[in-house]
Amino acid sequence: MYAHSVELDVSKCTGCTTCLRHCPTEAIRIRGGHAVINEDRCIDCGECIRVCPNNAKKAMCSKFEHYQHYKYKIALPAPSLYGQFDNLDDVDIILQGLLDIGFDDVFEVAQAAELVTEYTRLYLKTPGIKKPVISSACPAVVRLISLRYPYLRDNLMPILPPIEVAAMMARAKAKQEHPELEDSDIGLYFISPCAAKVSYIRNGFGKYKSKIDVVISLKDVYFKLLGAMKKSETESPTINSKSGMIGISWASSGGESSAILNDKYLAADGIENVNKVLDAIENGNIPQLEFVELNACTGGCVGGVMTIENPFIARTRLHSVRRYLPVSQNRLSGDMSYVPENCYSSELPEYTPIARLSENFSESMRMMAQIEKIRSALPGIDCGACGSPSCRAFAEDLVRGMVEDVSACKVMKKCD
Amino acid sequence: MSESLIFHFDVDGEDFTSAGQASVQVKKNLRRLGISPEIIRQVSIAMYEGEINMVIHAHGGSADVVVNEDKIEIILADKGPGIADIELAMQEGYSTAPDSVRSLGFGAGMGLPNMKRYTDEMTIESKVGEGTTIKMVVKL
Ligand SMILES: Nc1ncnc2c1ncn2[C@@H]1O[C@H](COP(=O)(O)OP(=O)(O)OP(=O)(O)O)[C@@H](O)[C@H]1O
Ligand code: SF4
Ligand code: SF4
Ligand SMILES: [Mg+2]
Repeated sequence: MYAHSVELDVSKCTGCTTCLRHCPTEAIRIRGGHAVINEDRCIDCGECIRVCPNNAKKAMCSKFEHYQHYKYKIALPAPSLYGQFDNLDDVDIILQGLLDIGFDDVFEVAQAAELVTEYTRLYLKTPGIKKPVISSACPAVVRLISLRYPYLRDNLMPILPPIEVAAMMARAKAKQEHPELEDSDIGLYFISPCAAKVSYIRNGFGKYKSKIDVVISLKDVYFKLLGAMKKSETESPTINSKSGMIGISWASSGGESSAILNDKYLAADGIENVNKVLDAIENGNIPQLEFVELNACTGGCVGGVMTIENPFIARTRLHSVRRYLPVSQNRLSGDMSYVPENCYSSELPEYTPIARLSENFSESMRMMAQIEKIRSALPGIDCGACGSPSCRAFAEDLVRGMVEDVSACKVMKKCD
Repeated sequence: MSESLIFHFDVDGEDFTSAGQASVQVKKNLRRLGISPEIIRQVSIAMYEGEINMVIHAHGGSADVVVNEDKIEIILADKGPGIADIELAMQEGYSTAPDSVRSLGFGAGMGLPNMKRYTDEMTIESKVGEGTTIKMVVKL
């Protein structure tokens, strides 16, 4: 069972159907007056959190205050954090702020992203791999592929995402600098822009289990940082950022792929566009590509549901943050010509066919015929009042036995 | 043996930008039936190519997909100009596609050969000035 990170506050939900109509995998229904998420279908993209007019949905995250038992706390900020602050052109101030709010050290995920970029370039040269290689950095996309695009599973890049590479590096660094620390003394805190990454950390990738200990929300840290950064305005930071333009670019759509230095790539963002691109790849009707970067959120991770700033403004801010940085500060050592073994994730996520009506083909055929019959009698206006996202979905829910009878369609009753 | 399911689509010859949508819909339906990803891919590619051909070469037409217990049939029918030399049209690389669609990547002359490759049976009936009917079968 996949552990999810989207939570509903039933007392705030009015059953307004907004999220119902926006869910890209039709995972939501309104039952008993409020939204209900079908966990088998949810990809944690955060779309429902974004559109809810009543703030009834939120991403589940740990609070920093509640996880103080680690002796040595390391913050791993996602690069999208850097795009949240007004008038800030020096990443060091943010990193200093993280130390000031109680972390013992900071390890930037952007650093690891630069290495993953180098690994990707190497991986693309591997003979016999399935092209285009699809980025596996956005967990909502990885899950979408495992539910809907079985044929593209082998196209997923089997290299660990930057968060995991960062986790390994951060732990190694702490142990080197503080040999007295036990493994259990070190806590790795990922500062996440989205619910999908929270779920990914709880579930892992295939059989791979995440090395992150605690996930906290970017929003949460943002407000703490604002105060801390004010205080440190007068003193210069004691910590230096070690990421370059490439690592920071990963926060917005097109950053990961453009850094591959190969013009045969495509970058798409926003879950609807992602679906369109995956459909096109599956049908084989896109031009020859080497690499495809897909982000569930509009604008990329700067558009994650736990960010503060509008993604387009955040992207512009990232430009000014990056302006005077070296292209990359994390390179492979000169003679390294392969991806280290421990950066591969050996397992692909399993294919779970959510759309399937029944395990038995004849039964599926029978159900489908029934669905079509019911559907042709429904008004076809997809109003959502029945609690299902469309008339077709309502017909399917009836046939699957998830709705008791057709009278849930209020519109049809009136017509009688 | 359960009854066969028929999905019918009208393929609009006027709206080039909507070409390819019937194949997307078919794919969704086949997924619901739990048909294997390989078969779905075969059907949707064959269907896509046929649909595009009807739009580009024949001012639209109709597509019917019939799902049986043991096979999927795809029937594409149009009232377009017809194909004078079917053998020639079937050759890889043969194309009469106008320049306007070549810039979009169509016109490689690979459509009909791909339809044959991805299906188990394919027959073309065509009369110049009357239209074309293509039947394809993918076995389950
Ligand atoms: N439905 C049709 N009606 C009339 N002519 C057709 C039809 N389908 C195909 N043809 C003719 O057969 C030729 C070859 O078709 P095919 O699909 O193999 O290539 P294409 O459509 O020209 O290019 P591509 O499919 O690679 O984009 C076409 O150029 C056209 O002349
Ligand atoms: S958008 Fe969804 S969760 Fe929010 S109030 Fe409406 S039905 Fe409830
Ligand atoms: S695009 Fe980034 S922020 Fe959005 S869901 Fe994917 S990983 Fe999370
Ligand atoms: Mg063609």
